[in-house]
Amino acid sequence: MLQEESDLSLIIAQIVQKLKGSNLYSQLERQAWASLQRPEIKLESLKEDIKEFFKISETGWEKKLQNAVYSELSVFPLPSHPAAPPEHLKEPLVYMRKAQGSWEKRILKSLNSMCTELSIPLARKRPVGEQKELLNKWNEMGTDEPDLSLFRPVYAPKDFLEVLINLRNPNYENGDSLSFRTHLGLIQVPLKVKDIPELKECFVELGLNIGQLGIDDSTQVPPELFENEHVRIGQKVLAEQDSAAAQQYIRQGSPTALRAELWALILNISSQPEDVLYYEQLKTNVIQHDLLVDSLIYKDVKLTASNDDYYFVFEDYLYQVLLCFSRDTSVLSHFAYNSASPPKSYIRGKLGLEEYAVFYPPNGVIPFHGFSMYVAPLCFLYHEPSKLYQIFREMYVRFFFRLHSISSHPSGIVSLCLLFETLLQTYLPQLFYHLREIGAQPLRISFKWMVRAFSGYLATDQLLLLWDRILGYNSLEILAVLAAAVFAFRAVNLMEVTSLAAAEAVLADLSTLKVMPLLQIFLFATVT
Amino acid sequence: MSRILVPCHVKGTVALQVGDVRTSQGRPGVLVIDVTFPSVAPFELQEITFKNYYTAFLSIRVRQHTSAHTPAKWVTCLRDYCLMPDPHSEEGAQEYISLFKHQMLCDMARVLELRLILRQPSPLWLSFTVEELQIYQQGPKSPSMTFPKWLSHPVPCEQPALLCEGLPDPSRVSSEVQQMWALTEMIRASHTSARIGRFDVDGCYDLNLLSYT
Repeated sequence: MLQEESDLSLIIAQIVQKLKGSNLYSQLERQAWASLQRPEIKLESLKEDIKEFFKISETGWEKKLQNAVYSELSVFPLPSHPAAPPEHLKEPLVYMRKAQGSWEKRILKSLNSMCTELSIPLARKRPVGEQKELLNKWNEMGTDEPDLSLFRPVYAPKDFLEVLINLRNPNYENGDSLSFRTHLGLIQVPLKVKDIPELKECFVELGLNIGQLGIDDSTQVPPELFENEHVRIGQKVLAEQDSAAAQQYIRQGSPTALRAELWALILNISSQPEDVLYYEQLKTNVIQHDLLVDSLIYKDVKLTASNDDYYFVFEDYLYQVLLCFSRDTSVLSHFAYNSASPPKSYIRGKLGLEEYAVFYPPNGVIPFHGFSMYVAPLCFLYHEPSKLYQIFREMYVRFFFRLHSISSHPSGIVSLCLLFETLLQTYLPQLFYHLREIGAQPLRISFKWMVRAFSGYLATDQLLLLWDRILGYNSLEILAVLAAAVFAFRAVNLMEVTSLAAAEAVLADLSTLKVMPLLQIFLFATVT
Repeated sequence: MSRILVPCHVKGTVALQVGDVRTSQGRPGVLVIDVTFPSVAPFELQEITFKNYYTAFLSIRVRQHTSAHTPAKWVTCLRDYCLMPDPHSEEGAQEYISLFKHQMLCDMARVLELRLILRQPSPLWLSFTVEELQIYQQGPKSPSMTFPKWLSHPVPCEQPALLCEGLPDPSRVSSEVQQMWALTEMIRASHTSARIGRFDVDGCYDLNLLSYT
């Protein structure tokens, strides 16, 4: 059909445009220049000969290009209608854009008032002595004990939940009378969410008759049945360096030894010297300029990761990653498909002059309470700071940004909340009704799990198995399914509680839970 | 393919409802929008674009200009085109849509008037419509030029003079030069979209407060 062909050429043009600025493009160019020496390349058929040269599999270039294209397809949304303005690509629904805008304004006001109260500038250049000092203790910033008592986090997940609860579509029948579509949960917007039959189709590799790491690698199961073969296939996938195959493979879980490389392959991260240089450049930026956001990061790490039994050892890594993350302007490109927008500011004394307008922080992301928990689990996999940084940045611009911005995307936090509530209401109606009656709306308890992608709540090996599936399915819906599965697991205890505090106590400790059996039972073994 | 916007007059929406509009309690589920082209002769429709606002299904009827004696009749050219896969949820509710000539059930030549019939069976929405309606017709084909005679009727080539030994074949050289020129043109035309990565302005990043606009 004409329409599909023109859509395809539009997608191809968009991907080519994106790849033109990348490292791979310059590498391919260099290779092409070098290959001109070869005898089989002739000027009359230059294009075809060079294409043939790249296709020879020993050079590996075709695979790298395939991985790069696959990565672009996974991350960027398809080109939209030509009449659609750029805001439409960020978020198609107008009322959600407005809600995100007013939420952002609140955050800016809060940050500005903190600035004026404490009389601390948003950003300043460090004096040379201070720069030297920071450079010396770069690897042990955790030993620093600055006075952070006056700082408070800009917002916490529960503030964000209140905003989501008050989200309303002005064109929707929000009357008081109960109708067949009254939302009994906290989320009142009618987004499309999947039900269990659709989830079963989507997560078919988690089925009962398919081997999983997290279930079929336990000590009682002999490894010849599944584990050995799975590890062998994993090694083969890594040898082939194929992103798409790795993404398919990891849906059944990743062996611990192969996980770091598999995640890097799926996210299309290869540590080139240019990437290490880029990280060093960011480090220099951290040393030269001091941002208010740095104190917020310090405070967040001290409050969350440093108090966690599993992650306190990585405190220094967290500073090294998060401080550099704030200075990374390449993160700004993800705002094309993120409903959020980066905050703007003007150089001192040049208010209103567009040439002096900058983004603050340079990467446009203001951290909230618990933000450092997105990085902490990755420290188990990567020990080299620049690689750890790249992996975190890619995970953020692919997945984590959706957990703290208001959007109608199926992996956005609003859809996840609605999916959780709908699953609970449909498949555990008694539990849902009981919790609602005692004033313990289930979302109030599970929201903090989903916003942090369960980091800090599950045991680390279980968390990494969960994040394997997030990468494998390129979607965050599994977080909502797991949250519902946890409620289903503790349903008996929850039916006996009589207050929100007691319900919170029943669900306070998730560190003993095994993630994969819970998901499998909830999706495939519950009688519906 | 090029297209030209056709100025149209969109009449107000008319709700179709069974029974008395004042006394019945439900909201209308069918709306009709008439589109006329007062100042334009009957044209060939190429494309219709609009922004959806909670319409679930769209049908379009067209009245075409026929020969002088037969009266123009209404013909359905699009039947129940689905804009929202689930009428109760937000999917597709505010999308931009394009409909092309080849998707229509009938020939779209000599269009006089269009009638858009919008349906929204779900009672959950307070209103529904389509916005930013634009109709396009086929743009002109590239104008035909008359070529000068010596281009269209080239003189039969003479025998090339015998070259000295050792010089390369001129036709080969000319094709190579042409290809190199094409390559340099391509390189000149393409430009990278890579960012530079500076966040400060001339080394200065002293900021006061965040701006709300």
